[in-house]
Amino acid sequence: MAPSLSDIMTPDAAELARAAGGGASAPLEMGSPGHDLFVGLARLGDNTLILGHRVSEWCGHAPVLEEDIALANMALDLIGQTQLWLGLAGEVEGRGRSADDLAFLRDAWHFYNILLVERPNRDFGHTLMRQFLFDAWHQPMLKALEGSSDARIAEVAMKAGKEVAYHIERSADLVIRLGDGTEESHARMQDALDRLWPYAGEMFIGDEIDARLAEAGTIPAPESLRGAWDETVNAVLAEATLTRPDSGFAHKGGRQGRHTEHMGHILSSMQWLQRAYPGATW
Amino acid sequence: MYAQMVKSEATNDDPEMLAAFQARIDAGEKIEPKDWMPEGYRKTLIRQIGQHAHSEIVGQLPEGNWITRAPTLERKAILLAKVQDEAGHGLYLYCAAETLGISRDEMTEMLLSGRMKYSSIFNYPTLNWADIGAVGWLVDGAAIMNQVPLQRTSFGPYSRAMIRICKEESFHQRQGYDIMMKMAQGTPEQKQMAQDALNRYWYPSLMMFGPSDKDSVHSAQSMAWKIKINTNDELRQKFVDQTVQQAKYLGLTIPDLALKWNEEKGGHDFSEPDWSEFYEVLKGNGPCNTDRIEARQKAWEDGAWFREGLMAHAKKAEARRASAKVAAE
Repeated sequence: MAPSLSDIMTPDAAELARAAGGGASAPLEMGSPGHDLFVGLARLGDNTLILGHRVSEWCGHAPVLEEDIALANMALDLIGQTQLWLGLAGEVEGRGRSADDLAFLRDAWHFYNILLVERPNRDFGHTLMRQFLFDAWHQPMLKALEGSSDARIAEVAMKAGKEVAYHIERSADLVIRLGDGTEESHARMQDALDRLWPYAGEMFIGDEIDARLAEAGTIPAPESLRGAWDETVNAVLAEATLTRPDSGFAHKGGRQGRHTEHMGHILSSMQWLQRAYPGATW
Repeated sequence: MYAQMVKSEATNDDPEMLAAFQARIDAGEKIEPKDWMPEGYRKTLIRQIGQHAHSEIVGQLPEGNWITRAPTLERKAILLAKVQDEAGHGLYLYCAAETLGISRDEMTEMLLSGRMKYSSIFNYPTLNWADIGAVGWLVDGAAIMNQVPLQRTSFGPYSRAMIRICKEESFHQRQGYDIMMKMAQGTPEQKQMAQDALNRYWYPSLMMFGPSDKDSVHSAQSMAWKIKINTNDELRQKFVDQTVQQAKYLGLTIPDLALKWNEEKGGHDFSEPDWSEFYEVLKGNGPCNTDRIEARQKAWEDGAWFREGLMAHAKKAEARRASAKVAAE
């Protein structure tokens, strides 16, 4: 049987682009399984990268020495997970981009993290609340990914899941202690919760890419994680004597590459050396 | 990372007990927290270990300055792990000092009010990425030179903390040298960064060993007590001899025109650092003194509500447990 036009064109286009130099082949076709998986993996890796960046901003500035150690440890876990997710994204993409290329050489509109993780640290209460809201999603997400039809994804999820089990234990514990601490610590935690709440909903809003990935059994649908998240969040907030905001409003767009103003500033410090000295190895 | 210019305290204890104490030290015995010790020994150690702990804590700042800008994910992870190690060292050292009857909060308060010092090397800025390499290579290198002998120091908790710390510091030094290697073999701009970092960190690193022995008034008592093992000049010489070879391998130039091998003494001749600069930095006039201490003050003050919140929760939880117990009985 004669090959169809697309069968002929696809490898040819890649080969031509490679021959034209730069090493980059034709971009993945939007809506192709490869493109979906690339975006799905970048969404995971960008979340951990940007949150890791934010957490690392605390280094040397935490309220107590044990927290300096815990935050550095958490940032380290998140950056380690980033290396795995973005490494895999680069492999799936097949254009020779490494995890570093993806982290340091994309502009904001090609980052797919949720807006929550780029929110500024503000006080330590905000940092902890952001972490808790994220961890309460991250843990069931990784649990579900352990059963991914893609063995590479399951393997990363297994490793990351062990780390994140500690993250949620710590962030939930501190939210409880500070919510049910002094009047001031309670007020600060409630304020953090109220301010961050509109950024939590984005974790559970899927798009077409998510639907196709869920259909293929590679990455679960965002909506499917809501129940587990609600259960954790409700239990912890109750014990912390904090009030769950009743608004269902959600800021969104990060997962499609539309970010807040903060994102450009994060990238301008994170990517500075790679951008200022292109081609250098470090 | 290390303590410098630690003033040793005079001691007014019973001469017989002092002699017995000195005999234990001379016999190589370790002094443990519950053992009798001269008041001067206790105070000098609190000052030395406390200063060392503060250096670890303040030392997070110049390196933390580059975490968000580290050029690759791997370098970022390595730097995070390193800064985390420094905080961990601070924690062991505060614990070691606490065995001598002072609390971590008291020491913190003394650091923030300027009554206790930290190593003046951390009052120098990290201006380009190669500085992160230079800090590991030179500053940690100088710290190791000081700390390896302290593994044999007479006070048990300090000696044990040092054994653990030295293992991690050697790893940091290798990581720092690895950054220097990449930079020195990299693009012309990277090489320039590496040389610039060496130029700025060379003399401050030499200062880390403290003033020359002839000007160091506190050494004799500390050496008798084995709180200090080698003299400042011995260690500085050893550091220079080791580092010259490493710089040569990197293809970098040590910023000292007088540096040359002296066959007769079997070591290098080198220029003394500018000690007036050292004393200015100690007085508070280093490039970063104000920024460093302000950053620590801000962290402590901004964190007050957090610490109080945790304490309040712990008290509430204890009260709830107590009343549950009463109810059960």
